[in-house]
Amino acid sequence: MASLLDFSLVDARAALAAREISSVELTRAYIDQMAATAGRNAYITATPDKALAMAEASDTRLAKGEGGAMEGLPIAIKDLFCTEGVLTTAGSHILGGFIPPYESTVSSNLWASGAVMLGKTNLDEFAMGSANVTSYYGPVENPWRSTDAPDKKRVPGGSSGGSAAAVAGRAALAATGTDTGGSIRQPASFCGIVGMKPTYGRCSRWGIVAFASSLDQAGPMTRTVSDAALMLGAMAGHDPKDSTSAAEPMADLSAALGQDVKGMRIGVPAEYRMDGMPREIDALWSQGIQWLRDAGAEIVDISLPHTKYALPTYYIIAPAEASSNLARYDGVRYGLRVDGDSLAEMYANTRGEGFGPEVQRRIMIGTYVLSAGYYDAYYLKAQKVRALIRRDFDLAFETVDAILTPTAPSDAFAIGENEDDPIKMYLNDVFTVPASLAGLPGVSVPVGLSARGLPLGLQVLGRMFDEGSVVRAGRALELAAGFDVSAAAREG
Amino acid sequence: MSLDKATVASIATLARLRVPDDRLEPMVDELNNILGWIEQLSEVDTDTVAPLASVTGHSLPLREDVVTDGGYPDRVTANAPESVHGFYAVPKVVE
Amino acid sequence: MAGPYRIQGETGEWEVVLGLEVHAQVTSHAKLFSGSSTTFGAEPNTQVSLVDAAMPGMLPVINRECVEQAVRTGLALRAKINLRSVFDRKNYFYADLPQGYQISQYKDPIVGEGEIVLDLPGGETKTVGIERLHLEQDAGKSLHDQHPTKSYIDLNRSGVALMEIVSKPDLRSPEEAAFYVKKLRSILRYIGTCDGNMQEGSMRADINVSVRKPGDPLGTRCEIKNMNSVRFIQQAIEYEARRQIEIIEGGGSIDQETRLFDSSRGETRSMRSKEDAHDYRYFPDPDLLPLELDPSRVAALQAGLPELPDAKKARFMAGFSLSSYDAAILVEERATADWYEVLARGRDAKLAANWMITELFGALNKPGINLADSPVSADALGGLIDLIADGTISGRQAKDVFAEMFETGKDAAAIVEEKGLKQVSDSGAIEALIDEVLADNPDKLAEYKAGKDKLFGFFVGQTMKKSQGKANPGMVNEMLKAKLSG
Ligand SMILES: [Mg+2]
Ligand SMILES: [Zn+2]
Repeated sequence: MASLLDFSLVDARAALAAREISSVELTRAYIDQMAATAGRNAYITATPDKALAMAEASDTRLAKGEGGAMEGLPIAIKDLFCTEGVLTTAGSHILGGFIPPYESTVSSNLWASGAVMLGKTNLDEFAMGSANVTSYYGPVENPWRSTDAPDKKRVPGGSSGGSAAAVAGRAALAATGTDTGGSIRQPASFCGIVGMKPTYGRCSRWGIVAFASSLDQAGPMTRTVSDAALMLGAMAGHDPKDSTSAAEPMADLSAALGQDVKGMRIGVPAEYRMDGMPREIDALWSQGIQWLRDAGAEIVDISLPHTKYALPTYYIIAPAEASSNLARYDGVRYGLRVDGDSLAEMYANTRGEGFGPEVQRRIMIGTYVLSAGYYDAYYLKAQKVRALIRRDFDLAFETVDAILTPTAPSDAFAIGENEDDPIKMYLNDVFTVPASLAGLPGVSVPVGLSARGLPLGLQVLGRMFDEGSVVRAGRALELAAGFDVSAAAREG
Repeated sequence: MSLDKATVASIATLARLRVPDDRLEPMVDELNNILGWIEQLSEVDTDTVAPLASVTGHSLPLREDVVTDGGYPDRVTANAPESVHGFYAVPKVVE
Repeated sequence: MAGPYRIQGETGEWEVVLGLEVHAQVTSHAKLFSGSSTTFGAEPNTQVSLVDAAMPGMLPVINRECVEQAVRTGLALRAKINLRSVFDRKNYFYADLPQGYQISQYKDPIVGEGEIVLDLPGGETKTVGIERLHLEQDAGKSLHDQHPTKSYIDLNRSGVALMEIVSKPDLRSPEEAAFYVKKLRSILRYIGTCDGNMQEGSMRADINVSVRKPGDPLGTRCEIKNMNSVRFIQQAIEYEARRQIEIIEGGGSIDQETRLFDSSRGETRSMRSKEDAHDYRYFPDPDLLPLELDPSRVAALQAGLPELPDAKKARFMAGFSLSSYDAAILVEERATADWYEVLARGRDAKLAANWMITELFGALNKPGINLADSPVSADALGGLIDLIADGTISGRQAKDVFAEMFETGKDAAAIVEEKGLKQVSDSGAIEALIDEVLADNPDKLAEYKAGKDKLFGFFVGQTMKKSQGKANPGMVNEMLKAKLSG
C-alpha cells in the first residue's frame, strides 16, 4: 500500500469513506511528517492535539456514514487566517501573542465540511513578499533542491510559502493560501503543487488579516487540480459579513474536471513573452500550448497591451491599501506594545519595532502615494491603469475562454538571493499580478522541471466567476504533463 | 518626484513608524528607487479613463438595523497589552 | 432684527462669518458598520463588536436604516440626494480610533446641496445653505482624568453612525448660529433621524469662525471643535471673533487651526492633539463598494416624511392667524405643535396660542418640566379657555384658576365651582352694586358730573371690589358708562 502521505485529497477522501483508513491514522501520519520536517519551518504553530481531536470526531461521523466534503482530511491554514483560540501572527512580530476570539469564515467553512487542522503555516510578514523570507518567524525552506547546487536551501516562493512547502513536503494534505498579487500561484509553481486563486469575492475575506483589501483572495493549495476544486468548494461561498463577497453561484467544478478542452479557445498573450525571460520557461509555455492544442483546444493569439504596467500599478495600490489596513496595529488593543512617553511615541515605537523592513517599506510607499498632493498622480492614476488592465482582459475574453501563461519568471531561487533589491523581488509576480488587479480566477499547475531539476508551473486564467474553465484547462495541462507531485517528498 | 531625507522622515511620522537615524538615508534610496520605477505609469494615457471602483461591479449590500453583536467586553479586551476596569489603557493624552 | 451684527473694534466695525459642521448621531438600533448596540451609557466596551474594536480581518457591512435616515434628512433639508455615493477612509492615528481610519464620505457624499430656513426674532426668516451631508463613523471615547499617567479608552461609541451636516458660510452672528442649530435640531427630531440630545453628545457642532470688515473677502478661519450647547456656541463665537479682531488689529494674522472652547474660562484655545498638520490620505474604502440608491426607494422615503416645521408654521399662520413668531415657537417641536392643535381645535386659536406660550410655557419653564409631563393637559387648558370664552370667568380669574390647575392637576370647572369664582354677569346684580357705589360716594359723583372724567376708573374699581372681583368687568364698564351719562 502506498504511504498515507501519498494520497491526494480526493483519494484520501475515498479511502476514508470506504473505511480503508481512519482520519486519526491519516492525521497521525501528517503529524509525524510535520515533526520530521520541522526544520523547513513551514509551520509557525502546530496544533497536533487539536488535529487528533478533530480527526476522532471525523472518524465518529464517518463511522455513521456522515461527514462533509472534507471530512477527516488534515490540512494546514496559512497564518493569515484568524483561528479561534490559536495564535495568529500574520508572520509579524506586531501580532505577537494574538489569540483571536473568532474564526475566519473560510476556515470555519473548512471545519464545517469536516477538515482537520494541523496548524498554522509560515508566510511573508502580512503576506508581503514572494519568497517567504520576510517572516518574523524566519524563512521557509522549499522541499525541492536543485541538481546543480543540492546543498543550497531554496525559497518556497511567497507569500503562502509555508503552505506550499507543507503541501509539497507532505507535511499537510492540502493548505489554504491567500493571493494578493500571486501569493498562491507563485509559491505553488516554486514548490511543484497546484495553487488556485478564485475570482475576487468567491472566498470571504472575513477573519483574514488584511493586506490589500481590493486584491486579497483566499484559495486552495493542493497536489492536484481535482483537489483544488474539492477544497475550493468547501472554502468558497457568499458571506454577508464581507461586503465584497459575491453571490454568483459556483460552476459545477466536478463536472468541469470531467470535461476535456475540446472546443475551448485558449488565449496566449503576446505581452507575457518578456525580455530576459529564461528560455526554459518560454519552452515550457510552448509545450503547454501544444498540450492543449493536442487535447483539442483552439489556440488564439491575444494581446493584453497594458501588461507591463501591472506591476507598478500593483505597487501603488497594494501598499496604499496596506498602509491603511495596517494602521490598526498600534499597541492598544492586541499584539505588541513598545512603551513610549506619549501616545504618539508608543505608536511609533510599537510599529517601528513590530513591523519588519519590507512591511515598513510598503507602509512608507503607501502613505506617500496617498498623501496630500500626490493622490491623483499615484493612487488615482493606478486605479485608472487598473481599469485599462481589466479592459484588456474583458476584450480578450470576448474571443477566448481561458488564457495560458507561465506562472513565474523563474524557478525557486536560493534563500538569500534577490534580497538586495526590492524590485527584483517584486518581478517574481509579473505574470500573476495582472489577473489579481482584474479580479480574475487563476490556477498554477505544475507541469515540469527546470534544467536544474526545480518545478515550474503554468498559469490558466479565466473570466470573472468562471472557475469552471480554469479547472477544465488546468486539469488538461495536469493530465498532459504528468508531473510527479511526490518527487519533493522523496528528495526531502 | 524624488524624496529627500526630510520628506521621508515626515512620511515616517505620518505613518507612526520610528525609523532610526541610520536607517533613514538607506530608506531614502530604497523609496526613490521604487518610486522611480513606478513613474513609468505616466506613459499611460488615462485622460478619459474612469478609475476601477470594484472588480465585481457589484454595489454595496445593506444589512438590517438589528442588534446582533457586542456584549462581550472580555473578548474585546482579552488581547489588550493593558486594560483597566474594562477600558483599554494608553499613555495619557493631553488635549 | 435691529440691523446686522457688528463688533466694534479699534479700527472700525467687523463682521463675523460662520459656517457650522454639525455631527448628528443617527437614530438606529445598531451601528453603521456593525451589529452592536447604540444605546447610550452602557458599561465600558460592552457595546463593542470585533469590528468596532478593529480586530484583524474584521470587515464593515453597512446598516440600511442609517442610509435611509441620511436620505430622509437630506430630503427634509430640500437637498440633492446622490444616487451613487462612496465611502472613503480618513486616515489618522488616535487612541479612540481603533481602525486607524474613520470610514467617512469625502468626494461623493450621500447628500449634496440643500437649505434651512431660520426663524429669527421679530418674525424674520433667513435661508442658510447646506453644503452637504455625509455618513461616517463616530470614534470611541477617551477618558483623560481617571489616572495620572494614563488615558482610558471606551469603544462603546466607536462605529455609531453620524451624519455630518455642513452649512455654507452663511451665518453672520452668534444668535444666527444658535437659531441654525435649533432649527436643524427641530427638523432632525421631526423626522426622527437624530434625537438631538446635546448633553449626551447626539448633536455636536464644529464652528468655523472668521472675521472681516464688511464687504471684504473672507478671512482665515479657525475651527472650534465639538460644541454641545447652544449657549456655549454663542459664547465661543463671541470670544473667538474678538480674539481674531484683536490679533488682526494688533498687526498679526490668524493661523488656521483647530481650537477648543473652555466653558469654565469662557475662552477658546489651540488644540494640542491637533497640532501637527493633518494629512488624512483619503481614499475609497476597498472593503466597501459604491453605495447605490434606488430612486423609487428615495421617492418612498420622501412620501413618508411627516409635515415639516416650515410647512406646519405656514399652515398655523394661515389657518390660525398666528404671528410668524408665535407659529415658529409652536412648531419647533412636533409634540408641541400636536399639543397646540388639540388645544386650538374649535377654540379661539390666537387665545389658545397666547395661553400656551405665555402661561403654560412660563409655568413649565420655571421648574423645567417638559410639555409631555405637563400637569395640565391640552384638554384641561382648553376647558379653562372655554370658561373664559363663555364669560364664566374673567381672564384675570383664569390666571388664578390656571395656577391652581398647574398645582393640583384639577380641571378648571371644578376649581371655579369650588372657589365660587363664577363671574357675575347678571345685569340686575351688577346694577345693584353700581347703585350702592354711587350712593356711597356722592361727593365723587358730583366731581365727576362737574367734569372730572378720570373718576370713571374709581367707580369701576369700587364696583369690582364690592363684587369681590366676580363682576364681569366688561358689563361693569358698560353699565357704569350708561348710568353716569344718564
Ligand atoms: Mg469636520
Ligand atoms: Zn465628521
